[in-house]
Amino acid sequence: MSNQETETNYVSFREEKGKYKGILAWIFSTDHKRIGLLYLYSIVSFFIIGVGLGAAMKLELLAPGKTIMDPATYNAIFTLHGVIMIFLVVVPGLPAVFGNFFLPIMIGAKDVAFPKLNLLSWWVYVVGALIALSALFMGGGPPDTGWTFYAPYSFKTNTNMLPAVLGAFVLGFSSILTGINFIVTIHRLRAPGMSWFRLPLFPWTLYGTAWIQILATPIVGITLLMIVGERLLNIGFFDPALGGDPILYQHLFWIYSHPAVYIMILPAMGAISEIIPTFANKSIFGYKAIVISTLAIAFVGYFVWGHHMFTSGMSGTALYTFSFLTFLVAIPSAIKVFNWVGTLHKASIQLEAPFFWAASFLFVFMIGGLSGLALGALATNVHLHDTAFVVAHFHFIVFGGVGFAFMGAIHYWFPKMYGRMYNTKVATTGWLFFFIGFCTLYLPMFFLGIDGMPRRYYDYVERFHGPNIVSTIGSWVMIIGLIIIIANLIKGAYSGAKTSKNPWGGRTLEWEVDSPPTLENFEEIPVIERSPYDYR
Amino acid sequence: MENHNDSHIVPFKTYGIILAVLIVLTLISVAVTQIDLASLTVFTAILLASIKSGIVLVYFMHLKFDNLMMKIFVTAVFVLVALVMVVTFLDYNYR
Repeated sequence: MSNQETETNYVSFREEKGKYKGILAWIFSTDHKRIGLLYLYSIVSFFIIGVGLGAAMKLELLAPGKTIMDPATYNAIFTLHGVIMIFLVVVPGLPAVFGNFFLPIMIGAKDVAFPKLNLLSWWVYVVGALIALSALFMGGGPPDTGWTFYAPYSFKTNTNMLPAVLGAFVLGFSSILTGINFIVTIHRLRAPGMSWFRLPLFPWTLYGTAWIQILATPIVGITLLMIVGERLLNIGFFDPALGGDPILYQHLFWIYSHPAVYIMILPAMGAISEIIPTFANKSIFGYKAIVISTLAIAFVGYFVWGHHMFTSGMSGTALYTFSFLTFLVAIPSAIKVFNWVGTLHKASIQLEAPFFWAASFLFVFMIGGLSGLALGALATNVHLHDTAFVVAHFHFIVFGGVGFAFMGAIHYWFPKMYGRMYNTKVATTGWLFFFIGFCTLYLPMFFLGIDGMPRRYYDYVERFHGPNIVSTIGSWVMIIGLIIIIANLIKGAYSGAKTSKNPWGGRTLEWEVDSPPTLENFEEIPVIERSPYDYR
Repeated sequence: MENHNDSHIVPFKTYGIILAVLIVLTLISVAVTQIDLASLTVFTAILLASIKSGIVLVYFMHLKFDNLMMKIFVTAVFVLVALVMVVTFLDYNYR
């Protein structure tokens, strides 16, 4: 890692003087990098709240019976934890933060295609978040339905359902606006010579994600409006008492929410596809296979939603079809894993914090993916449905997959974003605590689920006590890791050593611009004459 | 975006015909509710609505004059929505 200082005779985007000063220069900026950082700070703030709620749940489960909260509070907390983590953290997550910051730079553009629309999407995100969180503070109390708002209970509960649902509806628009922006940017603003197969893999995954954002998000928007119509106008869409069908709600909800898993995981895979070749100092294995598998996941991912509903009462034909399609979507995911491992084969690997995150991503993603196959099979699903096994599975995928990739991405691109380097030893220590804590927290939940412990219960029988203690201790270790990581990054941003343009030896375009980049990224738009990963 | 600079003067007569077709299709969608089509009820309603939105896209939104990529994208989106519906009805039609 070279640490020679960047030349200082340029003005970075952070120092650029615009129309406004202070915080206004950020919240009214149309610069994609500032908007990326606005998203970073917003998302990390919500993430910390979500972690706090999760930790409170684990503390409650430390012992059987009431430990720190009553059952109704527990219901509200797991709902809020889900709503915040899904709608405010992992869905916007990588695309909004790193997509905004790096997409234009990686394709050789000065900004996204519609900078004002980009700023609007952040504002819409903030407004949606405030509406959703207002449910906490209004009379009636926070919603207690779980983040899925399943009918018919969501129509009967007296808690603040409507603000939470309306918040999710508004947040969907933010997602759609970002998707439109990214698709147009990738189609229209690629640098001369950057053909589709010279496009780096992170922008490729953002492209696949953007299509899902545009095409799937309206469905949840319409569904949430139908809830509002049913609650306020008594139109019988989903409530059997009004002549509706509760399974229709589940269909509509998961038609969006399963592709949303791919909104979360595809950019995570893209970030990993950037980190691994850089730290392996080796060209990515099977570039085209990764691109095609990205598009295949984005497409097939639309048709697997029914695996969330295997015990809901669907027809046998639907059950077999969804099970088959679920196994089908595992193929392109596995292709990617083989390609990443193939890239590492006979590589000279730089063992730095971003690589540790990427390597542990492979580990946790594999566990999450393979446990998903157990849930995709009809017979085992009946046994495991709505148990702690499902919670372990999706935390390994969503938190293990997206969370680890997010951490890897922030450690990888941090020197480019801030022009400074964090303490690499502390970063590795933080990763180690986090990784150990993560596995200790979630692995016991697989065993608890197989043994029959239901999810979303605040109490349990004595024989589940031991693994729950281990799991709760795991949450403490993970939080220690998280504190180390965040403190180290904050310190690095303020007082870390200044870094060069390319501290890791990356080959994609962002490593050719200044750290931090200038307002318009490039003095001259580059002409691309090589593949993005021409290491050796 | 070269084709956006081209002007497409569509005669009023064409718009008038399209308007008439849309009104007729709307009347058909209302009339058809009087007939008991059993499991084809929803399919018929969606088919008529799709034909109407297709006509609006092609003529009123000028898809007819747009470039090939745009036509492919719009068609692909319709195919995707149709596939999602087919998969959904694998549940409803076989219960």
